[in-house]
Amino acid sequence: MAISFTLNGKPQSVDVSPDMPLLWVLRDTLNMTGTKFGCGMALCGACTVHINGEATRSCITAISSVAGKKVTTIEGLSADGSHPVQQAWMEEDVPQCGYCQSGQIMSAVALLSKKPSPTDADIDDAMSGNICRCGTYQRIRKAIHRAASMQGGKAKSAA
Amino acid sequence: MAIAPVVNRRDFLKTGAAGGVALVIGFHLSPSALVDQAQEQEKKPPNPFDAWVRITPDNRVTLILEKSEMGQGIMTALPMIVAEELCVDWKQVDVEQAPTNPKIYDHGTGGSGSVSDSWLPLRQAAAAAREMLIAAAAQKWEVGADTCKAEKGSVVHGHPERYFKYGDLVETASKLPIPNFHKVPLKNSDDFTIVGHDMPRFEGRDKATGAAKFGIDSRPPGMLFAVVARCPVFDGKLVSFDATRAKAVPGVRDVIRFKTEGRGASISDGIAVLAENTWAAIQGRKVLEVKWDEGPASSESSAELHKQFLANAAKPGKIVRNDGDADSVLASSPKKIEAAYELPFAAHACMEPMNCTVHIRPDGAEAWVPTQGPQWAQGVIAEAAQLPPEKVIVHTTLMGGGFGRRYQADFVMEAAQVAKSTGKPVMVVWTREDDMQHDFYRPASYHKLQGALDSEGKLAAWKHFQTSTSIAAKWSPKGEDDPGLGEFGTGATIPYTTPNIRIEYTLAHSSVPRAWWRSVEHSSSGFVVESFIDELAAAAGQDPLAFRLKLIGADRKIPQFDREEAHPLDTARLKGVLQLAAAKAGWGQPLPKGQGRGIATFFSFNSYTAAVAEVGVKDGAVKLNRLVYAVDCGRPVNPDGIRAQIESAAIYGLSAALHDAITISAGRVDQSNFNDYQMPRINETPKTEVHVVMSQEAPTGIGEPGLPVVAPAVCNAIFAATGKRIRRLPARPEDFA
Repeated sequence: MAISFTLNGKPQSVDVSPDMPLLWVLRDTLNMTGTKFGCGMALCGACTVHINGEATRSCITAISSVAGKKVTTIEGLSADGSHPVQQAWMEEDVPQCGYCQSGQIMSAVALLSKKPSPTDADIDDAMSGNICRCGTYQRIRKAIHRAASMQGGKAKSAA
Repeated sequence: MAIAPVVNRRDFLKTGAAGGVALVIGFHLSPSALVDQAQEQEKKPPNPFDAWVRITPDNRVTLILEKSEMGQGIMTALPMIVAEELCVDWKQVDVEQAPTNPKIYDHGTGGSGSVSDSWLPLRQAAAAAREMLIAAAAQKWEVGADTCKAEKGSVVHGHPERYFKYGDLVETASKLPIPNFHKVPLKNSDDFTIVGHDMPRFEGRDKATGAAKFGIDSRPPGMLFAVVARCPVFDGKLVSFDATRAKAVPGVRDVIRFKTEGRGASISDGIAVLAENTWAAIQGRKVLEVKWDEGPASSESSAELHKQFLANAAKPGKIVRNDGDADSVLASSPKKIEAAYELPFAAHACMEPMNCTVHIRPDGAEAWVPTQGPQWAQGVIAEAAQLPPEKVIVHTTLMGGGFGRRYQADFVMEAAQVAKSTGKPVMVVWTREDDMQHDFYRPASYHKLQGALDSEGKLAAWKHFQTSTSIAAKWSPKGEDDPGLGEFGTGATIPYTTPNIRIEYTLAHSSVPRAWWRSVEHSSSGFVVESFIDELAAAAGQDPLAFRLKLIGADRKIPQFDREEAHPLDTARLKGVLQLAAAKAGWGQPLPKGQGRGIATFFSFNSYTAAVAEVGVKDGAVKLNRLVYAVDCGRPVNPDGIRAQIESAAIYGLSAALHDAITISAGRVDQSNFNDYQMPRINETPKTEVHVVMSQEAPTGIGEPGLPVVAPAVCNAIFAATGKRIRRLPARPEDFA
């Protein structure tokens, strides 16, 4: 039975087993490989996407539960890497191996949408579910602060 | 006196490359691969425009990368070296992964050796290309080459407006005689505009947008996904299996038994479940009914290994080094201390689980491999496919971490065997559980240290007994019983002056696979040596920094024990990083009660590091507040890349110091995923400062040298805060509370 949802702003329909996790639908059915497999148990955050704006671990999210919802992946943040969080990630040169960074960025974007100027404690709370084996955490923290000020700055200039 | 050979990873690699079968890395090599490697020894410098540099008429410059990018930044650092010597603007530069061809390229990426090994050869190749471009311009202008110079991707003659872009010269230049690489003039380092400057990583944008392609993202048309059932006990065997239920899972295409061949495989025959997607393959494997013969290793456990360590430590070991008479001095010294340290097995836990994609056709093969050794991957696939290696195209992909794990080819061998059976492109994907339970682990080890101090507080004697599950013994063709093998690692060379030093070693037996884990033997030597010297400082009633500086003593170069060809340890540079880290950390300034500062220094991969840790201990938990590093790795190519590598090694080392351990019960790994193999998260990350020495010496290693000092710096800080010594890792609350 086909399951329909919105993927990065466009309608998407897939005909897969309803208990198949969203992660594998994205990666193996739709060949959207920006979202990563790390643990399969929601322990590492590499598979983080947004469902209706909430940071969600796609590896334990059955595709049937996504029907009718809005899914955003790393590919949907911007067409050209221009999202302020992506820009901040590049400016702080955050990634090393880079494998966890799609998930880190998706968690950071969700955090900033709720808390535009997060404290270090806010960052710890929101980002502790995302493991980085390369240990880029210090730069992730800096990049989130940088993105916060970029977004704040933009809001001010728009006002 | 019997001297046990000191075996390390670089010796392994070099021996392997020389065609010696005895210590060939990890997995067997086909005869043809050995021939390739023999030819590699004689290879002539190729035309730089074929091998290293591609220039198009639009003046874009593509630099070819022979090493593998696993996060260490080599895709940026090596092209920086080429771009510098070639005199091009960094904005003109593209980077492309080299095709796998060991006749031209030195692909193996490990041992923190990429920048140091490539520094001179790459400069020479790039300088040769530059001289050929200059010669081509001189020819066109009919002037002497010495009146022309290279500048930002052009050759200029006299007036700045009289120039040729490289893109207009390359066709002529590439046909000119190739200069002698050893005589070609190299750029004066005073004129460097790229090397020595912070450069963001080349592939950083792709890694921030999800566009970066890792091995696991390979999608050749028609590819099937496979997961493999393996015996949970090392060296177990497959007896029988029933795939009826697995084949009934929607999406599963086939279930096949395959042979795992080669000593690198720590598993016997496997069963691959092939499916339309990874999920279906995993579901199929869950309902596979398999009977394993677990074999003799099923009685192994960490508790038994600990007993073996204690039994070994009760007897003298094989003498590795014996200068003076440490035993007599220890027997008669009025002031002596003794301590025992223990470190567990450790897993690499790369974020991207092991995977490999292979397509074998009758006339050739193609593979997409996240590997630190593409040349070996090529050999392994060639052997499985019974094809000559040149018929096997290996694409080296980006890697979601390597840390030494991806120098193995067990996952390549599996994919090659499965691909051979199906004829279709196949990706073998490991789950996190597979990855955790079928790794090649950092060896577990046990160390007994004894030291004596004379009346002036100098080190009168140093004795270090080690027993461990050796890496060398794992790979010896004679197996664990090879009497010629010992393994001591780097603890046999210490910077601390003593007339009496005795090093002993006893092999501990285990079927648990071992190999190179980030910083290899230095991860244990660093902890042990730098913890015990701190204990001696406390026994002498001296400041840990002052005590170290005093014992290091005069400026001199100490040869590395039993490794005459290696760089000697330069005590001036070691003292330099110790003093720099201490000064930046405010060593000696008071801290509140319950907090402490610890220091450690180590020489590894020919680089010098020192770290000062500041911890607070409260309610049975350690909080690392600050970490200050100083590092001297010779001339910094990309200083920000160096800082990133140190920040990274610090977290990796912290993980093993405070959290993770692999333990064994009934011959299998107890841990399975990130719930029981914990690692630091952002909330545990200390404020980390890295001070890079702006040295003029040749570049040395940086991917690993940050690691060995973390555990001892943190544990010495725990001692300063609590008075409790941490002598086993990871540090447990009951050891410091």
